[in-house]
Amino acid sequence: MTPHPDTAIAARQSWMAVLARAEANDMAQLLADLPPLPDPVILRGPEVGLVMVRGRIGGGGGPFNLGEMTVTRCTLRAGATVGHASIAGRVPERAILAARIDAGLQDPTLHDSLHTAVIAPLAARQLAARAESAAKAAATRVEFFTLQTMRT
Amino acid sequence: MTTATDLPGFADPVLDAQAAFRAVLAALSSPGSIHTVGTGLTPPAPLATATAAVLLALVDGETSLAIATALQPATAWLAFHCGPATAPMTDAGFVLADALPDLTAVDTGSDEVPERAATVILQVATLGSGDRFTLAGPGLQHPTQFAVDGLPADFAARWAANRALYPRGIDLILCAGSRLAALPRSVTVREG
Repeated sequence: MTPHPDTAIAARQSWMAVLARAEANDMAQLLADLPPLPDPVILRGPEVGLVMVRGRIGGGGGPFNLGEMTVTRCTLRAGATVGHASIAGRVPERAILAARIDAGLQDPTLHDSLHTAVIAPLAARQLAARAESAAKAAATRVEFFTLQTMRT
Repeated sequence: MTTATDLPGFADPVLDAQAAFRAVLAALSSPGSIHTVGTGLTPPAPLATATAAVLLALVDGETSLAIATALQPATAWLAFHCGPATAPMTDAGFVLADALPDLTAVDTGSDEVPERAATVILQVATLGSGDRFTLAGPGLQHPTQFAVDGLPADFAARWAANRALYPRGIDLILCAGSRLAALPRSVTVREG
């Protein structure tokens, strides 16, 4: 994903991406050491729906409708800020938790502590998991020289 | 991405929308009967709870909605919770208004597809008191008294013009506070 030119939006995109990949248990565990988040007022959801995923799966790199994935979204208000979350799968609790953290991160008084205590460790774990699976995949990599030539 | 707003919609989207749909159905089947909907709903400023409940139940991403200028402040809330396509008043399937629009200004359907005609959701001052009308037609065994405050003075004449278009013509849902009543295109309205 290309970061948004507006840095505030780009920052929110990056923490929402981390929250979207995080498990409910991990989020709850990291939140346990912090003062409780403000009580949320649910504005919409959590509701389950389908999103069409498009990808470049052909050799030519053109967009292709890969398939639909299940998504749960939730919007809520906590204190003065509105938090939003869209997560893969159908786990309403996870969407609520992610939206509450998103709302908290937009609150200047909570932002720094939440970012240090929740987002940074989650991002580090996700990066490590990604690196590990990439390393495993790289070990079994097969070079398709013919296809590579076709693509250029 | 839709514009977020800080007011919730239905507490229970499925059951509350079904209850509102049921109320609209009952109101249309028995013209002039008054039903209570949307209790507990907190819509944004110009919208009455009944208006909001009807919109949440009937309007979604596959319907088109035209909003009268006075009710425009609710646009963001409606876009967030219903996501309707906005259309000019002459094409819209649903028209949200605070004053009865002119018949020529809304879609009254065609003889081939009369069901495409607009449903006008009209927010009025009060139901059950005000100008008195006598209703007759399908759904009413005997002519029935109906009182509403907020319709134009020449309403009976304008409704007669709508009735003359049958099977074309608009259906009218009247909302005041948390109460609603409806006038389907098949009903005849007489003053007094």
